[in-house]
Amino acid sequence: MLRPFALHRPATAEEACALLGRLGDDAVPYAGGTELLLLMKEGLLRPRHLVDLKRIPGLDAIAAGGGGLLVGATATHRAVERSAPVAAACPVLASVARHVANVRVRNVGTVGGNLAFADPHSDLATVFLALDATVALVSPRGRRELPVGDFVRGPWETAREADEVLVAVVVPPGLGRVAAAYVKFGVHERPTLGIAVVLGVEDRDGRAGAGRVADARIAIGCVNPRPARAPDAEARLRGCGVGDLEDVAGAVAERAAASADPADDLHGSADYKREMVAVFTRRALRAAAARARGGEGPARYAHAVLA
Amino acid sequence: MSGPADDRAAGGAPAAEAIELVVNGRRHRVAVRSHDLLLDVLRDRLDLKGAKRSCDAQVCGACTVLVDGLAVSACTYLAVEAAGRSVLTVEGLADGDRLHPLQQAFVDHGAVQCGFCTSGMLLSAKALLDEQPAPSRVDVLHHLRGSLCRCTGYRKIVEAILAVAGDAGHGGRGGRP
Repeated sequence: MLRPFALHRPATAEEACALLGRLGDDAVPYAGGTELLLLMKEGLLRPRHLVDLKRIPGLDAIAAGGGGLLVGATATHRAVERSAPVAAACPVLASVARHVANVRVRNVGTVGGNLAFADPHSDLATVFLALDATVALVSPRGRRELPVGDFVRGPWETAREADEVLVAVVVPPGLGRVAAAYVKFGVHERPTLGIAVVLGVEDRDGRAGAGRVADARIAIGCVNPRPARAPDAEARLRGCGVGDLEDVAGAVAERAAASADPADDLHGSADYKREMVAVFTRRALRAAAARARGGEGPARYAHAVLA
Repeated sequence: MSGPADDRAAGGAPAAEAIELVVNGRRHRVAVRSHDLLLDVLRDRLDLKGAKRSCDAQVCGACTVLVDGLAVSACTYLAVEAAGRSVLTVEGLADGDRLHPLQQAFVDHGAVQCGFCTSGMLLSAKALLDEQPAPSRVDVLHHLRGSLCRCTGYRKIVEAILAVAGDAGHGGRGGRP
């Protein structure tokens, strides 16, 4: 059962900001409701006002441009999964969207809602972090863009001000040809661990197998209080030939595990999670490396999804 | 809705709003409050008990209904969101006494034991076949993630769905607009 609330349906993002500003702590933005309504049913959140963002025209737009991608905040996971611009500009994102939660959640849950909720077990926050994405926020003070890593501050905590509305996620073009993979692992409804690897490859002689890693980004999700990059592990990858990535996979995985900051919880002990970070960083890297060479990676792992 | 809602909230609980929706092909006008869930409106107001409340957290699939052809968890879907839309519940699957091909296949394959998950399984399968008439076994398993059955072990459910997929004659009633 839900406690009573008033539902507001502003026609523009500006109107939504004004409502959120005026109603203050009593109001929360609402889109798919797949996270918000659950916490309201539990009584953990008791807002008296819901400000519905998903009827704001254009806020669900998805567009590619300049090698990058803009995903409107109220685009559903399903829309991202099926979007032609996403498939062309950022196929790993389409694949991740296809594996978020279950089909009922994907049909109504939104990209902006997922990020703004900042559940530490979000797939999207991890993959967006590895893609170097920014979020665009509007408020009566104007528009600002923040890197996803600065936007997500901790479990269920973001840098969004009370009267700000998240309007879009912007994925910049990669450095060179991008090869990416995301692997998540877990036996519960939400993943225990998610690892995203994004490689920017500079090809030489026009041959995919002869390329070199110009840029590498690894994001570790679910085990830390918020998704985190693994800079030491990334550094080990830069400059490597795409044919030699298997040789450095072990060292990269160790560095990624060393950078993780897991806690004991129902998903497992901190030691276990650190070990799994190493295992799945190696697997995600192997998959991204295979894609960088123009092939497909290893097929399947138990209790894991490769996107 | 923005203006009047402000005033209502200031004075306490918001009043009910009359919405129109089509359920299983029949038009209904129901007075709902903002916080009424679609599942409760279907079960308690329209007396359609096919969709079940189980996990209440979008994890199990027992409350699955189709809204404009898309599978949603009615337990976590505001009734007001269904205004102007078309809802299909398990009660709307059969054509009179003639079972929907998916229902018949579930019977033929013994894909039902306790029956609690069955309505959700049927609607979830219908949503899949409406948009992807010839899914592979992997497609079916992917689509059924989050639809839990504690009796059958899924094998017979998957076989029933694949049997209908292999038979071009599966019905398209209440499909995507």
